[in-house]
Amino acid sequence: MEIDPFIFRLSIFILSIFIGYYVVWSVTPSLHTPLMSVTNAISSVIIVGAVIAALAGDSNEIFNTANIFGFLAILLAAINIFGGFLVTQRMLAMYKKKQKDKK
Amino acid sequence: MISTNLLAVFYLISGVLFILALRGLSSPETSRRGNLYGIIGMALAIGVTILSVGNFSYGFLYLIIFLAIGGSIGAFIAFKIPMTAMPELVAGFHSLVGLAAVFVAISAFLNPTVFNLGIPGAIKIASLIEMSLGAAIGAITFTGSIIAFLKLRGIMSGSPIIFFGQHYLNLLLGILLVILIFYLCKTQTDIWFWTIVVISLLVGVLLIIPIGGADMPVVISMLNSYSGWAAAGIGFTLENSALIITGALVGSSGAILSYIMCKGMNRSFLNVILGGWGAEQSSSSTSSKEQKPVKNGNADDAAFLMKNASSVIIVPGYGMAVAQAQHALREMVDALKKNGVKVSYAIHPVAGRMPGHMNVLLAEANVPYDEVFELEEINNDFANCDVAYVIGANDVTNPVAKSDPKSPIFGMPVLDVEKSKSVLFVKRSLSPGYAGIDNDLFYRDNTLMLFADAKKMTEEIVKNL
Repeated sequence: MEIDPFIFRLSIFILSIFIGYYVVWSVTPSLHTPLMSVTNAISSVIIVGAVIAALAGDSNEIFNTANIFGFLAILLAAINIFGGFLVTQRMLAMYKKKQKDKK
Repeated sequence: MISTNLLAVFYLISGVLFILALRGLSSPETSRRGNLYGIIGMALAIGVTILSVGNFSYGFLYLIIFLAIGGSIGAFIAFKIPMTAMPELVAGFHSLVGLAAVFVAISAFLNPTVFNLGIPGAIKIASLIEMSLGAAIGAITFTGSIIAFLKLRGIMSGSPIIFFGQHYLNLLLGILLVILIFYLCKTQTDIWFWTIVVISLLVGVLLIIPIGGADMPVVISMLNSYSGWAAAGIGFTLENSALIITGALVGSSGAILSYIMCKGMNRSFLNVILGGWGAEQSSSSTSSKEQKPVKNGNADDAAFLMKNASSVIIVPGYGMAVAQAQHALREMVDALKKNGVKVSYAIHPVAGRMPGHMNVLLAEANVPYDEVFELEEINNDFANCDVAYVIGANDVTNPVAKSDPKSPIFGMPVLDVEKSKSVLFVKRSLSPGYAGIDNDLFYRDNTLMLFADAKKMTEEIVKNL
């Protein structure tokens, strides 16, 4: 008997939780705020669902209710993606080491 | 344009890049490259999705427009936001992820054929369960984050809102959600789906209102986790591995942060979620503390003490963020270093309003990160330190947590500030901190209270150095 594809997805899910668990424990506490903003940005990968929803159907009926929700989701996710990655970048740029040679 | 298998491979690559992005955060040096991996992963996921749909007509044009508008808003916020407002920003962003998840779920429900989930009225049962879960968690994340945002921003009072039977109501609504999902699967009727969304929106509000301001680190981490589970739920619906991987990563990340924050307060997760800490305590602690003597100092005394010290440890807290005192603090430390004083910073895990809040503020003020230490790393050093400068922290320094089993904060890990030769405590008044209990440290012989705004006091000390 063939294995249901759902089981494969479930395996990916469970294994990813474990990866997340070990990777996040090794994040240094001083970078916990950037961790939150970057996880925020990457969870907006939900935009892929929004793109599929928005572009569905033919062009005459591009403003179906379902498509409109897709476009709105694209808008929200885009705010998050750009905002999240850029603010993380901005924060990380501030973390500096002690300068050894004083000017 | 792209075969389904190839698409899946690209999503897998995105997922791996996201893992590397989080992995990079294990040290500040590698973190910037990590962020770049994250950006590449995201661009890849969006790019291949657009190619796979291959609809380059009007729809594509609108997609670019919406992407550009959203992107500009996001970029604008990212560049303009002051570092002190980071907790609100993160809460606000969480609400957007939540709402986006709800929208995608609605879209999938209305037009299931695009996602190969069946046809309207006959959607696969498994998909229905997955999309209702995604929508429900998304909706809870959305309204919950908005409440958290309002509390952090100060638009809504930070004190817990509690009413009779609150927890039973939440429990009831939770059970109702399960029943509704069951009916949705049975009847496939729209009305159940919309009811699930509306009730989940309500649950989000009810879950967060009983939680007080200083518990926000736990709340933000928890909502972070929820936004991940919502994404994973949608990932199962859309059979998309990038979403499933990311959802799981973010979900576990938020859960770990919540755990760390709870441990930092020695409270169980359930205890925080059920809320209302301090509400029952505040009435009893207000009496009988007025009589105890307090040593009152000024900037001159403080400057003298610190100038003649050989080592100083700085303990920042939320008050520093409120007063925006981090730059003044950095000036003070520079002046001390010129006098040959060794200075380090001690950060309690729950200092501030979100995990790592203090570290970001100090980094903003150009404090090198290798002068900043976590509780376990530095706690033994207080015994050999001449002056501890407590600026805007309170409960996390209270020695009562170690000595009085009756205290509500007993067992909470605290910074051993009282072990240093002298303690300078910058505070506006003697009022108790968030936990609603008096800080024993105020009345110790080696404590000098500096009653002033954190920023003004620090600036004055700089003048006197």
